[in-house]
Amino acid sequence: MLNRETLVNLILAALLLAVPLMANAFGQPFYVTLATRVAILALAATGLNLALGLGGLVSFGHAAFFGIGGYAAGILATHAFSGDPLLLGLSGTNQMPLIWLVAMLVAGLVGLLIGLISLRTSGVYFIMITLAFAQMVYYFAISWPAYGGEDGLSILVRNQFPGANTMKPVSFFLICYAVLIVALGLFVLIRGSRFGSALQAARQNEVRVATVGIAPYRIRLTAFAISAALTGLAGALFADLNRFVSPSMLSWHMSGELIVLIILGGTGRLFGPLAGAALFVIFEYVLGGLTERWQFFLGLILLGTVLFARGGLLGLLAGKARHG
Amino acid sequence: MAEPVLELSDIVKSFGALRATDHVSLDLKPGEIHALIGPNGAGKSTLIHQICGTLRQDSGTIRLAGKDIGHLGVAERSRLGLGRTFQVSSLTPDFSALRNVMLAVQAQQGSSFRFFKPVMRDASLIDRSMAMLERVGLQDRARIPAAELSHGERRQLEIAIALALSSKAFLLDEPMAGMGPEGSKALTGFLHSLRQEAPILLVEHDMDAVFALADRISVLVYGRVIATGTVEEIRRDPAVRTAYLGDHA
Amino acid sequence: MTLALALEQLLNGLQLGVMLFLMAAGLTLIFGVMGLINLAHGSLYMVGAFACAAVAAATGSFWLGLVASLACAAAAGAIVELLVIRRLYDRDHLDQVLATFALILMFSEGTRWLFGSFPLYLDIPPLLQGAVALPGGAQYPVYRLAIIAAGALVAFGLYLLIGKTRLGMRIRAGESDREMIGALGVDIRTLYTVVFALGAALAGLAGAMVGALQSVQVGMGEPVLILAFVVIVIGGIGSIKGALLGALLVGVVDTLGRLLLPKLVGVFLQPAQAGMIGGAAASMLIYMMMALILAMKPRGLFPAAHA
Repeated sequence: MLNRETLVNLILAALLLAVPLMANAFGQPFYVTLATRVAILALAATGLNLALGLGGLVSFGHAAFFGIGGYAAGILATHAFSGDPLLLGLSGTNQMPLIWLVAMLVAGLVGLLIGLISLRTSGVYFIMITLAFAQMVYYFAISWPAYGGEDGLSILVRNQFPGANTMKPVSFFLICYAVLIVALGLFVLIRGSRFGSALQAARQNEVRVATVGIAPYRIRLTAFAISAALTGLAGALFADLNRFVSPSMLSWHMSGELIVLIILGGTGRLFGPLAGAALFVIFEYVLGGLTERWQFFLGLILLGTVLFARGGLLGLLAGKARHG
Repeated sequence: MAEPVLELSDIVKSFGALRATDHVSLDLKPGEIHALIGPNGAGKSTLIHQICGTLRQDSGTIRLAGKDIGHLGVAERSRLGLGRTFQVSSLTPDFSALRNVMLAVQAQQGSSFRFFKPVMRDASLIDRSMAMLERVGLQDRARIPAAELSHGERRQLEIAIALALSSKAFLLDEPMAGMGPEGSKALTGFLHSLRQEAPILLVEHDMDAVFALADRISVLVYGRVIATGTVEEIRRDPAVRTAYLGDHA
Repeated sequence: MTLALALEQLLNGLQLGVMLFLMAAGLTLIFGVMGLINLAHGSLYMVGAFACAAVAAATGSFWLGLVASLACAAAAGAIVELLVIRRLYDRDHLDQVLATFALILMFSEGTRWLFGSFPLYLDIPPLLQGAVALPGGAQYPVYRLAIIAAGALVAFGLYLLIGKTRLGMRIRAGESDREMIGALGVDIRTLYTVVFALGAALAGLAGAMVGALQSVQVGMGEPVLILAFVVIVIGGIGSIKGALLGALLVGVVDTLGRLLLPKLVGVFLQPAQAGMIGGAAASMLIYMMMALILAMKPRGLFPAAHA
């Protein structure tokens, strides 16, 4: 049973795999790096999509988790490189799987704390509070000089993954792609599960969910923490892609961009983040090549999408979203 | 006499100087339909909110099956067996009728913290939900999104959800509102049989339905219960005639 | 620490609070009346600053610049309201956030287009240069005192406007019951444009006044915008009174925190470490305060009746 959306999704997934492999074959590593960027941004936005798309939680603070993931990678790598112990005698590491685990744990934990307070509110309060908390993390990163402060932190050698040479762009791309696919799989499972049902129901009608005996707060809090962890994972990969972490990963523009990715692609849809990230990177690359002022036109396109094409790219390609 | 399933004692709620609920005591006995009537502004909604937990009473106790629930949240009260329907249908609009009921069944079965098994392949959820839809006669509309159901069908769906919760007591907030005469009649028949399952606190404007169904009636005026009794007693009560029916004779 | 330093910092905190109030008042008014969250409010602040700097540079008069900042910000606000914002009133907050985020991108890049990437500078007008002596012996810049006075004047003006005029009556009606005021025959579309332009003018005024203290550059409105969000979240969204008290609270706590926390930490730790930890803690202080207030009062200190 292959409906139109599934078909579009498969094509998108295949394209994201095929384009960088071809570029690599033709000796064009730049495009491989662009595709890696797409995969990582799509992963970050998939995390956000869990909270925003399924749960209706408009978090304007997901840059905090993205940046925390990035700093987790940067700090662990720095300590692994210098040999200085990190905390309580624990040393750093340059092994990606371990770094990812730490990034997800820390981002998830901070997500839990931020969610604990933010989720007591809703609507426009929630938007502003998540924004403010992310800004708090941002200012903390800037004013804490130990890891570079405003200047950021370089990762001298890209972290390692067992059995792969991560310095080869195509290998690193394949790692990111695989992580993205796993995350999308997780998204599908969660969306279809009891938890996902409760989460989506709470988006549509909070009172109804409480009236059948499910406390929306705990469902949302859990979703928010999982969402933060996934976005944190993306942050760790992003740090490795650029081999650099800076407070700009934590900035509120980043939070805005993550939401933009979802909207450009199509809110609440499985492949919305991927479609959005691809569009965004292409805009950035094509418009950025044409004019220094590409952000102006990005704004214009975004405005047009919000005002006139609310389904995003997937809305155009695959029609209206369906619900079970 | 049997223990009451739901028991309100001496509930008081004020908003500033306005006393919206004024020392209300009410009970709901097994197998009965207890109707709560009163003119607009009498404080019925405020009282319902306090029973469900969306508002907290200033003083007084609310017991469900002997347990004090007056300080619990909405979700907890539902889990303990308080099933309600809303005056204005309150459903998850994008979900199908079936998934609306499934949500209740999943809540009733316990944990919603299961992240992997697809609900649409979960026979324990689907079978029971379909059974509930059949009981209210919605089985043919199971796959239709709630937003696309007719007004009457949405009311039926609300009842199916309340049924799925295996409630100990039902709180039905104007279930007849907006139903045509045919629908009202069918629903009246259904509620008549529903009381076997659990007693019903029925808040209703449709006096024909109230007089046809209720074992007891309480009349709320200005936040105060001015009379409680059988249909006949209420019909004859002079205070009710004066205050509620506007009969000054 | 001397009394003079404390007084000076307290005044700095007040001055920051006043700026934040000018921003927060517009935001909260727009939210209260139209139910709209406007991220681009910081852009209007920037527009005011640039207009003031450009006109002051061209004419040599800060005061003409100040008039220009009010006019330009109000005009920009009105135009944006007519073209974009009024399509957003019936949309959900997500759409409002995105559309106004898009506006920020356009405003920022557009300003860079017009004025280049280098900051502009704005001089304090001769009338307000110099300093006055504070009790305790310190000197305090007259200009900052003037900002505090201007803010107090605006707050009083808003109080009169909303409490005592026909326009204010309509605004209050709009806050409590949107259908009602339509039914009363008030042209609601014009009212919304006027309210939006008024909020924009306040933001522009704030931008112009701060422009003489800092450099005038693209992106200058964004940190202020986020602080203004903190202010209205603390004060209660939709409440002007909440915005005023929230702004003063945030301004004073932030300023004094930056002064006192490093000293406080210094009691326990080495000076270098104390500076670092105290500084980092101070930069987070108002957010902590916000979290604390929300934990106790999720709708802020002065929740508006509806919102």
